[in-house]
This record gives sequence, C-alpha cells and structure tokens, in this order.
Amino acid sequence: MDTLIQATNLFRRFGRRPAVDGLDIELARGDILGFLGPNGAGKSTTMRMLTGNLAPQGGTIKVNGVDLLEHPLEAKRSLGYLPEAPPLYRDMTVDEYLSFAARLNAVPKGQQLDAVLRAKERCGLSDVGHRLIGNLSRGFQQRVGIAQAIVHNPTLVVLDEPTVGLDPNQIREIRQLIRELGEQHAVILSTHILPEVQTVCNRVQIIHKGRTVYSAKVADEEAAAEILLVAFDREPSLDDLVSLEAVQEADRLDNGRFQLRPYPDTPISALAERLVASGWGLRELTPQRRTLEQIFVELTTREPVA
Amino acid sequence: MIGVIASREWKSLFLSPLAWSVLGVIQLILAWIFLAQTDTFLQVQPRLAGMAGAPGLTDLIATPLFGAAATFLMLLTPLLSMRLISDELRNGTFSLLLTAPVSMTQIVLGKYLGFMGFIAVSLGLTLLMPLSLLLGGSLDFGKLAACLMGLFLTTATFAAIGIFISSLTAQPAIAAIGTYGVLLFLWIINLAAETGEQSGRLFNWLSLQSHYEFMMQGLMRSSDLIYYLLLIAVFLLLTIRRLDNRRRED
Repeated sequence: MDTLIQATNLFRRFGRRPAVDGLDIELARGDILGFLGPNGAGKSTTMRMLTGNLAPQGGTIKVNGVDLLEHPLEAKRSLGYLPEAPPLYRDMTVDEYLSFAARLNAVPKGQQLDAVLRAKERCGLSDVGHRLIGNLSRGFQQRVGIAQAIVHNPTLVVLDEPTVGLDPNQIREIRQLIRELGEQHAVILSTHILPEVQTVCNRVQIIHKGRTVYSAKVADEEAAAEILLVAFDREPSLDDLVSLEAVQEADRLDNGRFQLRPYPDTPISALAERLVASGWGLRELTPQRRTLEQIFVELTTREPVA
Repeated sequence: MIGVIASREWKSLFLSPLAWSVLGVIQLILAWIFLAQTDTFLQVQPRLAGMAGAPGLTDLIATPLFGAAATFLMLLTPLLSMRLISDELRNGTFSLLLTAPVSMTQIVLGKYLGFMGFIAVSLGLTLLMPLSLLLGGSLDFGKLAACLMGLFLTTATFAAIGIFISSLTAQPAIAAIGTYGVLLFLWIINLAAETGEQSGRLFNWLSLQSHYEFMMQGLMRSSDLIYYLLLIAVFLLLTIRRLDNRRRED
C-alpha cells in the first residue's frame, strides 16, 4: 500500500496537560480521513504537528516516506495545510497571493502560472483573481485558503474545518473538491459536521483527550448493526431475553418493543432463529445502525477508563 | 526562497500607508535640514574661501544631514519593523511560511532583506539631496560613501533589533515600544562612559552613537564594521532561535 503519511505515537503537552497523547495516524493514497473530536480534543494540535507548524514532544511523522522532523524541507514539499484561520494576506490580490504560495512551495518557474490557474479553477476563484483578499466574503476567503493548500499539488492535504462559514452551495462545492482531491492524494479533514464525514470521507477517526477512541472505515461502520429492535406477540421477561446465548444486553422500550444488543460477531440470522425458536411470536426485527453521532456522543462524553 | 519572501515583504511595505507616510515625513524633514545647511554654507562661504584646510561642502552639508537622518531613522524604524513578524503571528499567516518547504533561517533572512530593501529606497532618496549639490559644486565622494555606509549599517542594526523584538510578541504596538527602548538605550549607553573607567570603555564601545560618529567623519574602521555586523548577526540569530523555540514551546 502506498502510505502517504504515517504518524506514530505523537505526543504533545501544553503546560502540564497533555493535548495529544500517543496518537497514531496513517493514510494511504486515496484516503479521506474524517478527523473528529470535541473542541479541545487535540485535533488542531495534531494537524499542526503533522504539517510542521508545531514540534511534537514525542513520536515520529513520515510524509511520503520522508521524516518530517529530520528532513523538514523535503517532507514539506508534499504538504498542503489550511489552518483553522486561513493564513491570508489581506492586502494582496488573489492572484498575487496564490502565485506567492506557489513560489514559496517551490513550484518550478514554468509551471507557476498553470498551478495558480488550476487552483483557482478547482476552488471556483476564476472570477475574483484580481480582487483584494481583504474585500472578499468569508466564503471566498475560505476558498482562497483551500486554493493555497493545493496550489503546489501536494500529496497530503490537511484541512482544519474547511467548510466553516460557507453557505450550503459552497459547502457542496468544497465537498466535491475534497472528493476529487482524495482520488489522487490523501486528505485529512477535521470537522464538527458529522454528516459531512459520511458523505465525503472513507475513513473516520474520533479522538478524545488526545487519544484515538474510534477508528473505522466509513463503509464498515455502516454495515455493523449493533442494536436490534424487536417486538413479540407474547412478551418475554428481560431475564428470558438475556438468557439467550447471543444476547449481551436487553432493554424494554416504552412502546412495547425491546432493544437487544447482540454479542459482537453474532450473525443477525442466528439470533433471529433463536428468537423464533423461543416461541414468543416474533413479529418485528429491525437492525438499528448506530449513527456516527451516537458513537461520537457515547465515546466522547464518558470518562476514559483509567 | 529568500528572494521570494523578501520581495513579498518589500512589496507589502509599499502597500501600507504607514510606510509611505514614513517615507514622506522623513524626506520632508531632511529636506528642511538640507536647505538650512545649504543656506548656512552660502553665508560662510566667503570666509571659508580664505582659510586653508577649511571644511568643504560635504562636511558642512552632507555630514549634518546624515547625522540627522540617523536620529530620524531611529525614531521611525521601530514603527515600520514592528509588524514584520508580530503581524504574521497575530493573523495566523505565519503558518503559511511554516508549512512551506523553507527553513526558519530563510524566513527571517527573507523578511529582513525585504525590509532592508525598503530602507535602501529611503536612503537612496536621502542621498539624492547631497548629490544635487553636484550641479553647482564638487563633493568628497569618499566621505560621502562613508556617511552613507554608516547610515546604512546603523539602520540595518535598528532593523535587526526591530525584527527580533517583533518576533517576541503578537502585538505590534508592544514590539514598537520595546524596540524604542532598546534603540534609545544603545544610543545613550555611552552617557555612563564619561567616568573613563574600564566599564566606561565597554559602554562606549556598546554605544551605537560612538561608532556612527567615526563614520560620519569619513573614518571606516574595521572595528566599527565588526561592531555593526556582530549586532546584526546576533539579533538575526536570536530571531531565528526564538521562532524555532516558539514552534517547540508555544
């Protein structure tokens, strides 16, 4: 597999409080990682470390196989980064700014003009090239920020909340852009909008208090049904349900249905057979998918086990 | 890469009204001094003509002009240098530079050289005044070059101190005040040298003013050159260290 970034055991402390505590991130070409976590979980800190803006106090980062800490100049050629606050010089025009970004990122002289044109086109900036960045609307400024991150065609693009402050149409465009980027590059995307992860990303990683608490492929996460809603003609007691081999937990809901949590790796068909065989008159069985939101809330509100 | 950063810095200074007003004010005041000196020269010229080894045009007009220019630049450089880094820290634009494949040394040198390019423009304009005297007289070019060199090195030192202090804070106003403090202190530190003690000699050596004065007399001493280059190098290194540490400590 073509690993574009591999960060292992990242550690960073602010004062006494560890902000990032033993975090691993690995992305291959074609990956779009949704990087989630509550405010203050260490998302931005991690992204700043991955892009060389902040030195980690522990761990290693390899971009495209090059160690970021030992050979920063070479590694940074493959990096594009949009921080939380877009790093825009307000007194420059979009064209001036992007060509500065292209030159700064060592785009060869003959290709700079093309690079700027392509970045403008991809971010929908073709009509505002001559305008001052300071006079653009928030949405356009955000797009200039993204254009800056991709102007040198980096292999890894790190975007810290790229769709903040955009209107729904612009959000759709940016998501489309991120999908396109993901075809050739790897993208890390932090966001608070959970449906965004499901529509754009193919992987999701949730961090809480500087540690990874959840990491999965978006497709897996949709396939795994962890909770079943069932209803019977003749209601059994909760104890009867739990005594079934496959059931880990059972709950009675207000509407006469039960919520069952099977043991992991139990096929739903096996559980259904058992329920039918018990002779309670199974009437309904609905696999319930845990939404990303439920997973997020569950993992980030409970106290981590010490 | 240094050139890319330097040219952006240079252009961005010309985009700010502050830089233009500083250039305007300095030209206005220096032109006034230039006129006053020229006037004095014309009054004393008949008497000078009879004296052997009398001071010439360069001594009576260029030297006082450059002397005054050093004082004004000391007052104006902090206003221009205060934004060099603190503005970028405050607006978050510094991360554009940090993410790019450029080293901290290239960033600092680029910014410094861009700023010195701006200073060079203002010195060039100042130089035009004494050069205009060529229309009706002759100048001592050696002495003029020494004056210009002295002024350039002094301002370069101001700028190196300014960029360092600008890297210490995200508040441009605080950077300006801090730079004023250091510059004025270095300017007057030789006041304590009157005593003639061992420490007095040290203070005298540390003072910007005492080195500048020799150059104004047309004396290019290597010890003065070393003093300036040393100060500039030290403050640029401190800036690089400080910004590198910022990435670690923050």
